Order: sequence, then structure tokens, then C-alpha cells
Amino acid sequence: MEDGTDLSPSIAQIVQRLRGSHLHSQLERQAKDCLHRPEIKLESLKEDVRAFLKASGWEKRLQNAVYRELHVQLPQCHPTTPAEHLKEPLAYMRKAQASWEKRVLKSLNSMSTELGVPLARMRPVGEQKDLTNKWNEMGTDEPDLSRFRPVYAPKDFLEVLISLRNPNHDSSEDMTVKSHWGLIQVPLNIRDIPQLRQAYSELNLNNGQLGIDDHAHVHPDLFENNYVQIGKKVVVEQDSAAAQQYSRRGCPTGLRSDLWALTLNSTNQPQDVMHYEQLKAGVIQHDLLVDYLIYKDVKLTASNDDYYFVFEDFLYQVMLCFSRDTAVLEHFKYNSATPPKSYIHGKVGNEEFAVLYPPNGVIPFHGFSMYVAPLCFLYNEPSKLYSVFRMMYIRYFFRLHSISSSPSGIVALCLQFERLLQAHLPQLFYHLRQIGAQPLRIAFKWMVRAFSGYLSTDQLLLLWDRILGYDSLEVVAGERTAYVRTQFT
Amino acid sequence: MSCSADHSESVDCTVKPPVFLQIGDAKGDSARSGVCVVDVTLPHGKPINIEKITFKNYYTAYVTIRLLRRKAENEGSAKWCTALSDLALMDNPHTEGGSQNYFSIHRRQMQVEPDHVESLRLILRQPSSAWRLFNLEEIRLFPHKEPAPVKEVSDWLSNLIVVKQPPDLEGLPDPQTVSSSIQQMWALTEVMQANRTTASIGRFDVDGCYDINLLSLT
Repeated sequence: MEDGTDLSPSIAQIVQRLRGSHLHSQLERQAKDCLHRPEIKLESLKEDVRAFLKASGWEKRLQNAVYRELHVQLPQCHPTTPAEHLKEPLAYMRKAQASWEKRVLKSLNSMSTELGVPLARMRPVGEQKDLTNKWNEMGTDEPDLSRFRPVYAPKDFLEVLISLRNPNHDSSEDMTVKSHWGLIQVPLNIRDIPQLRQAYSELNLNNGQLGIDDHAHVHPDLFENNYVQIGKKVVVEQDSAAAQQYSRRGCPTGLRSDLWALTLNSTNQPQDVMHYEQLKAGVIQHDLLVDYLIYKDVKLTASNDDYYFVFEDFLYQVMLCFSRDTAVLEHFKYNSATPPKSYIHGKVGNEEFAVLYPPNGVIPFHGFSMYVAPLCFLYNEPSKLYSVFRMMYIRYFFRLHSISSSPSGIVALCLQFERLLQAHLPQLFYHLRQIGAQPLRIAFKWMVRAFSGYLSTDQLLLLWDRILGYDSLEVVAGERTAYVRTQFT
Repeated sequence: MSCSADHSESVDCTVKPPVFLQIGDAKGDSARSGVCVVDVTLPHGKPINIEKITFKNYYTAYVTIRLLRRKAENEGSAKWCTALSDLALMDNPHTEGGSQNYFSIHRRQMQVEPDHVESLRLILRQPSSAWRLFNLEEIRLFPHKEPAPVKEVSDWLSNLIVVKQPPDLEGLPDPQTVSSSIQQMWALTEVMQANRTTASIGRFDVDGCYDINLLSLT
């Protein structure tokens, strides 16, 4: 690879992405408007405009936008690298993902055919009115869901991961006991304990941790008071990078919603509210087959959960809008998955009439709504809840149900979990294997949901603080190891 | 295989099949050494100055590049020299990181000036026994081009076409009218820009429904 010193491709990419944004037009307008101000001198125009934008807080907003783009940016790659390689560098992983997608689509197609339900249809006017009227209480009058079933469940996905093999890997040579104990047989590079300690140094118990009172050198009350004060300063400063760094040791309950929104640069500007309203209009106009999968999923999961059943209506609203959001398609540039394609009625095979289905390219599976449920504790405004969830999904959650070699991907997390458990609780690992209860089979469903529905909400939000703080799902594997320990020892 | 498959700028060259070094005498006795040599030959009598070498890795952990080159265009016999020694292509030889990545090695990374090169030898190493095969694919050589000299002002002037007569403005609208309508359009775009949103809703005009049974991967 070239030295890595040349940042120009990254900068160009970020500039290009920001150029068409609402922020760009706002900055332009501010710059034009400030020209009439007395402190702007012609001889030092550039510097004066910059100083004005800095003083009025616009520079900070731009910094936050750039910081967000850095998180969802394509990896720095060789110029001739094909797009598919950017999505996933390993050919056998791409092949496995494509094969899995075919299975999912086959399942969805057969459900559509068997039940005689079209993939999408325009709602009659009466139905549109009904849905508009009951938008805030959709849980009271959902359709008959008895014939619908989830397209797949985490255990189906696990079987695919277990069967994953590198055709160039010489397993006959691999005589280490380690490889035969675990279910995941893919040679990904994962961190060992010393490396994890170094990477997650802020999680050292000698540092104060929110939600953990013992082992800290500072008295818990004193630590919390100081820590909350710092948190308030971070929120006032409106700095995404500072908010992310702060989240590593946990967010105070009263500040969490602001800190997460700041970290994700989810601003909830008027245009975000408008975007949400447009998506809502899309839901009201069209009925999709995936809507029934969403209804079914909420009924099977959140509605039966002691913490989340009260948010049923919020979940329907957010999930249905999410399925219509074509802005989500952007993340397929760096997601190993590919959005499914369909054709408008009567135009089969004509590429001009090809549409992605569902419009956001994501087919929900059993437990999908649990990605949204914990966020309902933080945001009571649907548009805000929606924009935070969407950012969480395109940054993190998509990795939990697609096959990739990413260090935050589900394959690496499973391998990380098995290695950690083997190294630190070998007797437990061996015992579980002996009785035919492979640890990964027990723990997999916890991880696919990022522990949502398995940890109590206060604990879960503390875990998600760390996901945001470290911009990585790797902490989930460590959490699983600890969770197994509490369950079985 | 040929280097210039789908890159107009790359040099026409021949990449010979990899030769794996074996340890031991008899065939049955031989063991893999984890070293493999790939020779890249240029057309006879056509030495080149290399700008960069690009390739796709396939489980090679380290690469060493040796060049057969002359001191100057037609000076003395060509000698082998090492341009790059043990460049790491994989994060860890035993795991996947970097195993199928694309790489480019620029002339500025090399220990010697890659000029007047007649042939290349790539020495590939893979110390891990975890992999059945290792190689480099899609090897391409790009020639070094001297930057074009900056033109003097006089050169630019000599290229200008002198317009003999003024353009015919017959039939064009009144500039005043055009100016005012452009101002109106500009004002409209300003209003639009102020209310602009990045929201993209995609296509929902599905004329009743999508066809079922036609969900497929793009």
C-alpha cells in the first residue's frame, strides 16, 4: 500500500459527501450574510469570514459533520480496488454472504407466493385514512399475523457462520487444540487479552466507571459528581469527538440522549423532521410485505418484554419508516450485503423499472426490532428516535447480521468470544462442550441483538455507551464472556 | 499471463508461473519451504523506467522485489539489485488481514531507482503453514513519465486563434431582458436552496404492486 501519508483521497471523499448536504448550503448562506457585518474587512476577507463562522458555532458543526463522515467512510484503498472488494475483501466471505442472501430471498418469495400477499401495493384511500388516524396506536389494530413467520432467526444465521471455511486454509496443518474447541473455523485476526487491555484502557477498574462502584480509587459519589459536571460541559461544547471519548466510561442517565445524539451527529434539524414525515407518508401510501414481518417481530419480541412492551407503537412507527428510507442504501457501499431487487408490475427484466426491495434494502429478521427498543427510553420524539436509530444501524448494527471479515463483524465477534472463553474459563468451555451445549450456540442470540432484551436496560445502555465510545462492537464479545460466566458459574 | 490485460497505461510484460522452492531431494521427500519466485519479463531490448508496480495479494506474507537493470540506457551489462526487501503484505501471516488486498508499490518506496529495468523477480514468502497456496495476482507495471514542462506564456499565445471578425449577434434577445430574468432565476434558486433538504425518498410509484416471485440480487 502507498505510504498512507497521502490524505487527499479521504479529504476529497468527505468534501464530496458534504458538498450536497444541507449543512453546506447553510454554511454558504451564513458566509454570504456575514459579508454585511462591519467586522468583515475586504483585505482580510477569508480570515474574517472564518473567524465569524468559528465564533457563531458553524465551524464546530462542520467539524462534527466531518467527524461523522470519518466513521462511515470507505476504507483507504488502492485506486484500482473494485467496489465489491471495498464491501468485503475476502472472496469466500462475499460468496457466503451472497449464498445466504439467496436463501433469505427465497424464503421471502415463497412466503409472498404461498400467502398471496404482494411484495408491495398501493393502499386504497380508505385504508390510508385509517392508518393516518391510528398512526400513534398501531398496536391496537394490527392485521392477522398468524400466517406470517420471520424470514430467518439468529440460529439459522449461526449455522451459516459455523459452516464458513476458507478454501485456501490448510486445516490438516492446524493441529492446535484451540481450533477444534470452537465452532468458528475462520482464521481472522482477533485481539488477545493484553491487546484488548491496551485498546480499552479506559475500562480499567482503576478508572472510575459509571455503573460500577467498586475498585475505583475515588469515592463513587465524588467520582459521579465530577463526572456529571464534565458531561454537562461536553454537551454545552457540542463536540462530537469529546462526546465519544466521554462515553467510554459510561454516560450519566440524564445526559445520555444528548451525548449519543452528539456522538452520532444526529442533529434533528427541521429537514430531519421533514424527512421523517416524508417516510411516514410513504408508509401510509404503500403497504409492503415486510410491514407484516415488522408487526410479527414486534409482537414476538418487544411486546412480550417487561421493559419494552410500552413502546410498541413507537417501534412500529420507527421500523416502518426505516423500511422506506432509501438513505439507508448508502451504507451498502461498506456493508458486505447487497440490497435485493424487484421489478415494477408488468415490467419484469426491464432495468429501467427495477426497484430495490424493501426501499432501504434491509429485510428484517426475528429480533430486529430490539435494536430500536432500548432507544425508546432515551428519545420520546419519533423523528429524533428515528434519526439516532438509523445512525446506530448504519454504523454498527448492520454488522451483526452480515457475513464479513470486519473486526466488528459477527464472525470476528464469535471467534473473539470463543477464544476469550477458552482462555479464561477453559473448564466451563470444556464442560459445556461435553454436555453438547456449545457456548456459542447459547450466546449467539445475545450478540446478534447486541444484548437487547437479555441485559436489564440500565446495564444494556451502559454497554451501548461503550460501543459508541470505542466506535466498535468488539466490547460485545467481552460482555458475552462475562455474561456466560454469571449465567453458568 | 500478460500484464496489460485491462490497463492502457501499464507496460506489456509477461508474468511467469510461480516456482515454489522445495526442501529435500526426492519428490516424496520434499516439503514446502514457504518461498516462491515469480519472474516478470519485459519484451527483449525494451528496458523501462518503473513508476509503480500494482498487484492483488493472495496469501503472501512478505514480498521482496529484485530488478535486473542497467546503470544507463545502453551502458554495460545488466545487474540484479534489490529494490525492496520483505515488504509485509499481511498483518499477521497466520490470519486473514491483508491476504486478498490490492497493493501498489511506488518508485519512491524502492531502495534503488527502478530505471532501465529489463526484468523483475518477485520473491514471495509465507512462513505460515496454514495456507495451501500463496501468490500475487494481476501484476502490472506502470512506466515512469517525466512531468511535462510548464509552457511559457509565448507558447500559449502562439496557440490562440485570432478571431478576425466579431461574432454575429443578430437575432439574440436584449441583454437587459436576459439579465433581469437571470436575476429572478437566481432569487428562486436562493429560495430553493434555503429550503433544500437532503431527504431522498426513492421510488414508490409501483402502479398497484411489485411482481411477486421476482426478488433477486442485483
